[in-house]
Amino acid sequence: MKILLSKPGLDGHDVGVKVLAHGLKDAGFDVVYTGLRKSIETIVNIATENKVDAIGLSILSGTHLILAKRMKTVLDENNMDIPWFVGGNIPLVDVKKLEEIGTSKAFATGTKVEEVVAYFKEM
Amino acid sequence: MSENKRKYTAEDLGVEKVYLESGIEVDPIYTSQSVDDSSANDEIPGEYPFTRGIHSTMYRKRPFTIRQYAGFASPKETNERFLFLINNGQSGLNVAFDLPTQCGLDSDDPRAFGEVGRVGMTVDTLEDFEIAFKNIDLDKITVSLTVNGSAIVAIAMYIALAEKAGYDIGNLRGTAQNDILKEFIGRGTWIFPVDKSVKLVVDTIEYCAKHLPKYSPVSVCGYHIRESGANPIQEMAYAFCIAKAYTDGALSRGIDIDDFASRLSFNFDIYGNLFEQIAKFRGGRRLWAKIIKEEYGAKNDKSCWLRMIAGGGGGGLTKEQPENNIVRSAYYALISALSGTQTMALCSYDEAYTIPTEHSAEISLRTMQIMIHEMGICDTVDPLGGSYYVESLTDRFEKEIKEEMKTVDNWEGIINAVATGKIQESVSKQAYEREMGIQTGNVEKVGVNIFTREEEKKDVQFHPYNQEAANKQIEKLRKIKDSRNNDNVAKCLASIKTDAENDRNLMPSIIAAVKEYSTIGEIVQVLKDVYGEFEEPIFF
Repeated sequence: MKILLSKPGLDGHDVGVKVLAHGLKDAGFDVVYTGLRKSIETIVNIATENKVDAIGLSILSGTHLILAKRMKTVLDENNMDIPWFVGGNIPLVDVKKLEEIGTSKAFATGTKVEEVVAYFKEM
Repeated sequence: MSENKRKYTAEDLGVEKVYLESGIEVDPIYTSQSVDDSSANDEIPGEYPFTRGIHSTMYRKRPFTIRQYAGFASPKETNERFLFLINNGQSGLNVAFDLPTQCGLDSDDPRAFGEVGRVGMTVDTLEDFEIAFKNIDLDKITVSLTVNGSAIVAIAMYIALAEKAGYDIGNLRGTAQNDILKEFIGRGTWIFPVDKSVKLVVDTIEYCAKHLPKYSPVSVCGYHIRESGANPIQEMAYAFCIAKAYTDGALSRGIDIDDFASRLSFNFDIYGNLFEQIAKFRGGRRLWAKIIKEEYGAKNDKSCWLRMIAGGGGGGLTKEQPENNIVRSAYYALISALSGTQTMALCSYDEAYTIPTEHSAEISLRTMQIMIHEMGICDTVDPLGGSYYVESLTDRFEKEIKEEMKTVDNWEGIINAVATGKIQESVSKQAYEREMGIQTGNVEKVGVNIFTREEEKKDVQFHPYNQEAANKQIEKLRKIKDSRNNDNVAKCLASIKTDAENDRNLMPSIIAAVKEYSTIGEIVQVLKDVYGEFEEPIFF
């Protein structure tokens, strides 16, 4: 399984997303990472080019709801049906809102690497 | 060494070996023999190489400065807060900027959508600085600008603000973070390729050395490097390599080392093993003094000072049992004071998951005040000086930091090491190992993986986003673009382009451009057109 991890928006905090990238790689997943400050359009393009099976968005600045809506719009415009995930600094109260927007799963702040790995293994 | 030297290693005493986070093994007992060869035996605070502190009297004369961080969204709110602080006797002001400003984007840029005013003050044009500093006497305050990628524009705006108001810029005091090299390792608000980014920093150093001798144009940040996964040795080593890169740049412009080295300052982290951090600062201070004097030939003692803010420690705080963070922060404050810091700041205990309340911010302040007023921390300089363990570890840290700097040399210097992602790669691997260590319990964290208890799940919380305020900012920007002299703006932007193409110092043309209310986005775009943008090497 190939997973794209991405950093949308202007937030430059990438310690967490890189930790997760290491964790997923160690667990046997194929991981592609976009690097910082990519637009949602660019992220979706990278996902298509790399034929990934899932897209993860890492957001710590508080813009997760805005960026998730944008993600939903861009995927719909491209008629893409691909599981996508949100992690980073995500309040529990926003998990449901993100899932209503259309994310397959939102990982709240404090989620352990092994929990994310377990989730993907079951997918 | 005498042949009958008594040994006190873990093996000799039959106890388990202990290693610091930096990989240094700690003996169970240290004796006078541990420091037989140490230069520490002859060192006096306030004298080169300053291991024991940069001043002879340190806190006895004046305690460390307390400078807590705070950010406000709009220039008007910032101004209100500044006036409040000034009326309450504070003379050091700190400006945090929102992400679009830090990345050089205007408020009306589509990429800024949802980010305007979110994590700090928004700046589009000089007008925002004029609002933020209204009715404030720039001669009586020091302003700290927390900005890096677009720092040259922010510094230019501060200078333009002062010049337009008739101040003698030669008297301006203040600091800018302006450490772009660490942004490539952690924090991430880089814009231009690494070499061009460093050129811009050197432009600010050169300009300030010539025109604003009391201004500190750069604060080199080991802090963010450590928070990104570096160990304490690497934190110091990479920070020193970065400071040397700026120093080399300044020297290449013909500036004398003694005309700017004393204006360099540092920002370091304090979480982790208490003695390891103290040795890190003491050994680092000695090494930095030697580098500036022996390698660069500085004649002025002040040039050799490692002036620092040591504080924060966010990486050590936990969301679990958050009240424990009050205790952790008190230890961090102790580390910082025992290390001879000039300035201290602490995180609030609840900062790991929520917006600090007035109450939690007050506890941080009181933590430092209790140490100053009740614990006798100011009574004597470098109270750990002469401790067998601390002096031995200090010597070791000086040596290890120097070694780690050689590793960077082997990567063909810090600029290349950052551009190719060598440092990012090693640091992010360590961040992963540390996180795994915490998750598996190999790295012990109280309340997280030992001594845990059932507790109510605490939710993270953000400041609510104010779309209306963002709209107002965008409207204000539109009005400025309509009312300014657009011919002059075009001419100014063209001069920046010419200066950039001809590798001239950009400060004069950027100062001229901001005086005509050119926007931060317009100026940064001109530079992107000439320099291009950094292409991030992908490592994890």
